[in-house]
Amino acid sequence: MKTIQELLKERILIIDGAMGTMIQRHKLQEADYRGDRFKDWHTDVKGNNDLLSITQPGIITGIHKQYLEAGADIIETNTFSSTTIAQADYDMQSLAYEMNVASANCARAAADEYTKKDPSKPRFVAGAIGPLNKTLSLSPDVNNPGFRAVSFDEVATAYYEQVKGLVDGAVDILLVETIFDTLNAKAAIYAIKKYFRDTGKPELPIMISGTITDASGRTLSGQTLEAFYISVMHANPLSVGLNCALGASEMRPHIEELSSIASCYTSAYPNAGLPNAFGEYDEQPSQTAHIIEEWAKEGFVNIVGGCCGTTPDHIKHIAEEVKGFKPRQLPVLEPALV
Amino acid sequence: MNSIKPYLRLSGLEPLIIRPETNFVNVGERTNVTGSKKFARLIREGQYEEALSVARQQVENGAQVLDVNMDDALLDGVKAMTTFLNLLQSEPDIARIPIMIDSSKFEIIEAGLKCIQGKCIVNSISLKEGEAKFIEQAFICKSFGASVIVMAFDEAGQADTKKRKTEICKRAYTILTEKVGYHPEDIIFDPNIFAIATGIEEHNNYAVDFIEATREIKQLMPLTKVSGGVSNVSFSFRGNDHVREAIHSVFLYHAIRAGMDMGIVNAGQLVVYDEIEPTLKQLCEDVILNHNNDNNEATEKLISFAETVKAKGKENVKDESWRSDAVEQRLTHSLVNGITDYIEADTEEARQKYPRPLDVIEGPLMDGMNVVGDLFGAGKMFLPQVVKSARVMKKAVAVLTPYIEQEKLDRQANQEPGSVNEKGPAKILLATVKGDVHDIGKNIVGVVLGCNGYDIIDLGVMVPAEKILETAAKEQVDIIGLSGLITPSLDEMVHVAHEMKRRDMKVPLLIGGATTSRMHTAVKIAPQYDDGVVHVLDASRSVTVAGSLLSEDQRGGFLQNIKVEYDKLREDFGNKRTAKQFLTFAESQRNAAVLDWNNFKPVKPAFTGTKIFDNYSLQEISEYIDWQPFFIAWEMHGKFPQILSDSVIGKEATKLYNDANELLQKIIDEKWLSARGVVGFWEAQKTSPDTITVNAGDSKIDLEFLRQQVKKAAGEPNLSLADFIHPSATDHIGAFAVTIQGIEEHIKRFEQNHDDYNKIILQALADRLAEAFAELLHKRTRVEFWGYVNDEQLSNEQLIKEEYTGIRPAPGYPACPDHTEKHKLFRLLGGEKNTGIILTESLAMYPASSVCGWYFANPVSKYFGVGKIGQDQLQDYANRKRMSIDEMTRWLRPVLE
Repeated sequence: MKTIQELLKERILIIDGAMGTMIQRHKLQEADYRGDRFKDWHTDVKGNNDLLSITQPGIITGIHKQYLEAGADIIETNTFSSTTIAQADYDMQSLAYEMNVASANCARAAADEYTKKDPSKPRFVAGAIGPLNKTLSLSPDVNNPGFRAVSFDEVATAYYEQVKGLVDGAVDILLVETIFDTLNAKAAIYAIKKYFRDTGKPELPIMISGTITDASGRTLSGQTLEAFYISVMHANPLSVGLNCALGASEMRPHIEELSSIASCYTSAYPNAGLPNAFGEYDEQPSQTAHIIEEWAKEGFVNIVGGCCGTTPDHIKHIAEEVKGFKPRQLPVLEPALV
Repeated sequence: MNSIKPYLRLSGLEPLIIRPETNFVNVGERTNVTGSKKFARLIREGQYEEALSVARQQVENGAQVLDVNMDDALLDGVKAMTTFLNLLQSEPDIARIPIMIDSSKFEIIEAGLKCIQGKCIVNSISLKEGEAKFIEQAFICKSFGASVIVMAFDEAGQADTKKRKTEICKRAYTILTEKVGYHPEDIIFDPNIFAIATGIEEHNNYAVDFIEATREIKQLMPLTKVSGGVSNVSFSFRGNDHVREAIHSVFLYHAIRAGMDMGIVNAGQLVVYDEIEPTLKQLCEDVILNHNNDNNEATEKLISFAETVKAKGKENVKDESWRSDAVEQRLTHSLVNGITDYIEADTEEARQKYPRPLDVIEGPLMDGMNVVGDLFGAGKMFLPQVVKSARVMKKAVAVLTPYIEQEKLDRQANQEPGSVNEKGPAKILLATVKGDVHDIGKNIVGVVLGCNGYDIIDLGVMVPAEKILETAAKEQVDIIGLSGLITPSLDEMVHVAHEMKRRDMKVPLLIGGATTSRMHTAVKIAPQYDDGVVHVLDASRSVTVAGSLLSEDQRGGFLQNIKVEYDKLREDFGNKRTAKQFLTFAESQRNAAVLDWNNFKPVKPAFTGTKIFDNYSLQEISEYIDWQPFFIAWEMHGKFPQILSDSVIGKEATKLYNDANELLQKIIDEKWLSARGVVGFWEAQKTSPDTITVNAGDSKIDLEFLRQQVKKAAGEPNLSLADFIHPSATDHIGAFAVTIQGIEEHIKRFEQNHDDYNKIILQALADRLAEAFAELLHKRTRVEFWGYVNDEQLSNEQLIKEEYTGIRPAPGYPACPDHTEKHKLFRLLGGEKNTGIILTESLAMYPASSVCGWYFANPVSKYFGVGKIGQDQLQDYANRKRMSIDEMTRWLRPVLE
């Protein structure tokens, strides 16, 4: 069976769409989130989507299968907030490791089922590592710009545990995504490298995906796109890319720039447009797909898919539209300065 | 296909990519507690805000990387590093550049790495404590993505010979690339710069060892970089900066040629290698290269030379030895150093030596100006020096012009063929657009471009589009440059661009001046004209821009890049427009500032009506001068008076300051200029939410104001100046206009003497005097004419910071952006007759050195910006002013979407 590196040389790969949007469709209530095991938990847990991998694994596996059916080559684990720091909102720090293993299991089972159906199209599981609700480069206190709500070591420790859970759950790739503060991402990279050095296991490929928050073309922590890329190059990533915050049409100039400076593969999975006045995404699958098709035509991308508001239907359209195009070729790395 | 080169790439908020053509990277050294006493004291006392300003100064002075060091026995280094770097992250203008985390304690380095999102340099690690420790530390640095400086230090100690330096670096390289997985381009070596000329013979070859080691390291490991702390080399001459600077300069000259890429240096203390006096330079060369140094001979010579310099002390002995050089060298010397004393005689001598007078211009004079251009381009000369060079050049050309004219006549008489079609230097037309009278910036651009060999056609101020374009066609100019300072000039520039397209012109258009911006150029001007519109930030950029536009090879690519950049700006602008939330005009009026009128009793001025001040004492006015904008006019940025002692530009700033003060005294003593001012006060009442009705005695005048419409945070009002006037009881408003008259004849005289330097100083001083006069009259208004403050004890610095009570906003500026209200202001003050000021069609004031504004006395009144307004307010405002929407739109364009 072909490896992901081999496939990336041959064609544009498809990564799945939004998990949250799909969970919403199930209209789950507090009791559904709790399941049997947490029926007496002392805080509300409705909204803790990552918990569903433990309490409602059938729903999560089902969503994965819908994306695989739509044509996704890579599916993301339901672990965006599965860290001790993010789970503190629900007082579920102690469950962080277990959530990662459970979520990885859901995705693994679904992916393996589809690989078995058609071994010529192997499916991969990417362990999703989210940005945290606390940030290392910005102060939450406007009167004290030097203050930090969390330390680098705390963040690295939380990510280390998440990485351990994801690897134990047998993911194929680690995906550091929705990076709006590069220092948080650097802590994640630090944790990943440390984990593999400590355990001596072979390092899994890393995908890096940053978030440009507005038209200024910078991350929330103030870096330009190129400065961001330079800051995470040491991860030696399989791919670098952008996701979230912007719709495909707003993302285009940035993905074009990234495509010209990245020495690795590039990925892009935008939101389904910008949210409307009600916070809903209403860009139609064909619209999103049409814009992404143009990126493929220009040779900007190697991996495409969707973020907030996108659905299996979006992924299906995107997969359909980019099918005919060659993937972006890796730039030549010159050995000498002149 | 795309290719990527193995450059050293670093980042702060922005990238820094070190390419072969990057030349030498300056690392800012003042944020180092071991090197800067001031910084050390600030950190020890916990004054981090102040310490940040040290960092900011480094960045402003051109540091490309910031070295931060907290190694002090009295400090908790980990805590100090963390606190300082965290704070620094909140200052985008500093955090923009990459950080070099500098410590001999690895725990401090690690603490620093945990604070920085960008890609840093670690300074430093070494094999001092053995291979295992080195590898461990390198792995940690790598897991943060940092580049590392490796000191040439191993278990046996610090390397002093070339052989040891090279061996250790090679050994470290092998370990880093093979065992740790470092990319070669992320490795920087510091092969140790040690003090030379110490009197100990073993030290004599230290500089050679460094330079030769550098050469070999770069040959063996071409992707790596070499760095070092330069000031060590001259340590034995401490206390003698003159000699130290020369040693640094000579050392760097050789080290950079051998491949040194970056260094921790005080750039302000470097002399230009070519400008070191020959005796000293030769002595430095000998000592650094260890030539003629048996028995410390060269060392002894340099030491005894240093003694003589020391003995001379501060006394500045003019070195006239250059007078014995060949005439070509003398001309260059005069041009580079801005010396006018001998230029006429030297030019005449050259004229007799060369076959034709034009050969002198095209030969030695242009050669000299090229040296000036190169030094300026390399940041080794500053604007005031360049303008002085231009003065020398103009004087030289003036000597030659009659001979050139005569030659032309002779040739016409002899009907020599071919001479008519000679293509001279490229022509650049400059003009301040119609309706605008400001031209200091444009004059500076003219001088700088002139220095670079362009033929400048300067049409002056208030130039209509037709005249610009007709002249451009007639003179067949190669570039047109437009300048303007007030906001209506922006529209005029759009108009010129539009006309250029209509006339199917092909020359590129440059846009400059205080009110212009890259964004406005991209969004409004560039779409009007297809053959190249470029915004030029300042005079120093104008040279490279003109060069790129006039080079056949570069022009296409340059314009294409600009086009891409502007397209992106336009796109961003389009995207951003919806970002801010706006209230409807009615909502914003409901959210007006509510003043506590019950507990406020307006103060009655000492008089109503106007009071005129003619020939006000310039001496008194000059005490209120704010010098900072004066330096900004000269493109020297920094706070006054700190700028005078700045490490990079301090010397030149001081010279300029002294020259300006000398001229200022002359202006005062010889009454070159006169100051005229009018103040007036009238009863006034707020009669509708944004209208103030003024009782002008025989008539009532309605002043109309604009209100902020952007959505504010809860509890914050949407301000309009009208809010500061009482809605029911009798209140007052004041107005003033000041002007500085009589500049024209002196400008003319300087122009005749080809003295742009003093001309620009004079113009800038006149501007400063007008502002100072406004400051002075405002003060007298507060304590005397209106008398709403009893005792005011504010220093000039506090006045500049606007700490006074009440405000004096000017029509056309952020709090009341409508220029057309100036008509009412001047009517109240008694028009041209009283004020001595003429308003142009764009409502600029002539003389250019004039200031006007309203006085508001209410203690809660404050300066603010109206910001963008909506169509609903525009409609309402146009109705109130009885002007058409179109006309109103034209005047208010800067605050409309």
